[in-house]
Amino acid sequence: MRILKYLIILSTIFASSISSAGTLVVNSNQSGESSEAAFNAYVAAFEAAHPDIDVQVNLTEHEAYKTAIRNFLVAEAPDVAIWFAGNRMKFFVDQGLFMDVSDVWADADLNNIMSSSKASLSVEGKQYGVPWGYYQWGVYYRKDIFDNLGLNVPKDWAEFKWVCAMLKKNGITPITIGTKYLWTAAGWFDYLNLRINGYAFHMGLTAGKISYEDSRLDAVFDAWRELIEPGYFLEDHATYSWQEAQAPQINGEAAMYLIGNFYVPTLESAGVVDKMDFFQFPPIKPGVGMYEDAPTDTMHIPSGAKNVVDAKKFLAFMSDPSAATNWAKMGGMLSPNSLADAPTDRFQQMGFAMLNAADGLAQFYDRDANPDMAKAGMEGFQEFMVKPDREAKVRARMEKERRRIYGE
Amino acid sequence: MTFWQRNQLRIAPFYFLAPGLMLFLIYVIYPIIDSIWVSFHEWNGMSKDLLKADGTPKNWKWVGFGNYIDLFQDEDFYVAFFNNVRWLILSLLVIPLGLALALFLNQDFKGMRYIKSLFYFPFVINLVVVGLIFAWFYNPKYGLLGQAFSGLGLKPIPILSDELYATYGIIFASFWPSIAYTMIIYITGLTGINREMIEAGRIDGASGFKMLWHIILPQLKPATLIAVVVTIVGALRSFDLIAIMTAGGPWGSTKVLAYKMYEEALFNFRMGYGAAVATILFLLMDIYIAYFLYNLFKNERGAK
Repeated sequence: MRILKYLIILSTIFASSISSAGTLVVNSNQSGESSEAAFNAYVAAFEAAHPDIDVQVNLTEHEAYKTAIRNFLVAEAPDVAIWFAGNRMKFFVDQGLFMDVSDVWADADLNNIMSSSKASLSVEGKQYGVPWGYYQWGVYYRKDIFDNLGLNVPKDWAEFKWVCAMLKKNGITPITIGTKYLWTAAGWFDYLNLRINGYAFHMGLTAGKISYEDSRLDAVFDAWRELIEPGYFLEDHATYSWQEAQAPQINGEAAMYLIGNFYVPTLESAGVVDKMDFFQFPPIKPGVGMYEDAPTDTMHIPSGAKNVVDAKKFLAFMSDPSAATNWAKMGGMLSPNSLADAPTDRFQQMGFAMLNAADGLAQFYDRDANPDMAKAGMEGFQEFMVKPDREAKVRARMEKERRRIYGE
Repeated sequence: MTFWQRNQLRIAPFYFLAPGLMLFLIYVIYPIIDSIWVSFHEWNGMSKDLLKADGTPKNWKWVGFGNYIDLFQDEDFYVAFFNNVRWLILSLLVIPLGLALALFLNQDFKGMRYIKSLFYFPFVINLVVVGLIFAWFYNPKYGLLGQAFSGLGLKPIPILSDELYATYGIIFASFWPSIAYTMIIYITGLTGINREMIEAGRIDGASGFKMLWHIILPQLKPATLIAVVVTIVGALRSFDLIAIMTAGGPWGSTKVLAYKMYEEALFNFRMGYGAAVATILFLLMDIYIAYFLYNLFKNERGAK
């Protein structure tokens, strides 16, 4: 027993000593089978291209990573950390915890090949990270149910409501949703607000510059109410997580789901992917552009990184089309690298076409807004979806929180 | 005689106490004082040394009682506070229920040990698992309760997404492991009961409830004390079940103070505000603990 103990101690000492020279420490949140395999493929390709660098990946479960990052960026910074674009990145940039990597953008020609994502990685004209994947949001629907009932993909808001009414009439839940963890409700708010008030207003609101009691938001809540009051959303949705809300659609009891493309692997493993299709959230107000939610996942170099030279190589390697293609494809994402192969999966193809034609891209409510504002806002959205008659109270509470956070 | 020899007896307790005292200072006293100190500041949990252009700390700002003023104007705080009160009151039901089970199981026949061990079972499983099991049980569409309601031709009540029932649903789930725990305490207590007193009682004609009230319960007083303490402390720090079963929802209506603290500090980057919630929770516990210690000392003095 005692010998064993010494062996364990010795081996840990040994292990920690070899990880000092020529190694690149990467903290990853790519948990889950396909995400992990996709990231490992990128790491393997990088190591093949740079045989002198040994990449050491520390994997943390996706949700736990969100709280862990605040500790490790300060206490024991890795050389590269995976994170998210938008306000979530800006928080750490303001703290001085992410390094300016504008030189990587210039040297690896990312300014050209990733121009579409540049804005979401920039703070005051400097870039603080490199994107590796993004994905579309939209309506995933049961094509078989639509076909049986002779329904077409709705082209505008009136048609959308009509489709909902027809589904409801035939005993099918028009829209499934699980709001237990709140953010799915924010997807509805994002789209209604983007379609009614447009991009500039939405970004102003999430940046805390516009009141939640602003009269322009009335139309958003009214449109939402048009779906809530006739009972088009899944009953008791506050009980379910977003995964639990998949069940009615997979069982053919619900027809539509507004969700991100990360839904597709579940559809595949449930064996219903052939019955599924995708459509873009329909326009509501004429003259408002088609703006989309397209959350972007990114890589950053913490300010405390030890091996900055190799870390920059790791980020710059995203300019390699085949490595970028592989990572995105295996992880079910779209690649921000414009030289990457066009996606082959039909949902990714539809997303790719839709996002390329979009008039502007938002990240997502809880990535664009401050964390405490997002929390208060999303609780309000959930409450409104269950108790629409409390609209005034709910909006007043959100506005109180906004004023506390951003000042008058 | 040297100084050491003369005072050895007087000094000895202190150096025997020193290691424990050190640990207590580092892991209990220091965090308490630090939390109270943090609660007077606005802090997002990031480095306190970072400076703004004008030389003032960027993330760390003295706000005096600002956090407490905010807290007392925060609707969520009152929701959490009254949920804690609900937890406290309803959890006390666990004690008679645990006692009843213990009395029932305190019989002597073959195989009783195995039956008892089955009743211990809920106490052994992790609270996260308990939470999941009950969340499934309450699921209005696929859960057992929903099925039972539908079977009776009734519309299932979505316990965990109804602001009126959700907290009670979670408290009920917490009964499962905590009844098992108080039962264990009482079973141990029952083994120490003085048989002669029972027989004396029987001779005097006591039986049934009279026997329980006048002979058994007084002897179980120490066990009851422990059961009350454990239950109340458990009710005040209830957190895991809430996190698993509702994540504080629907729209924050099942939050308790401990959950509110966790959410503000770790998710909303408001360490100072979270610390203020923690301080309030600490004061609440203090009131109770002071009362408890007062009773304990009074009883001990009475016993002597």
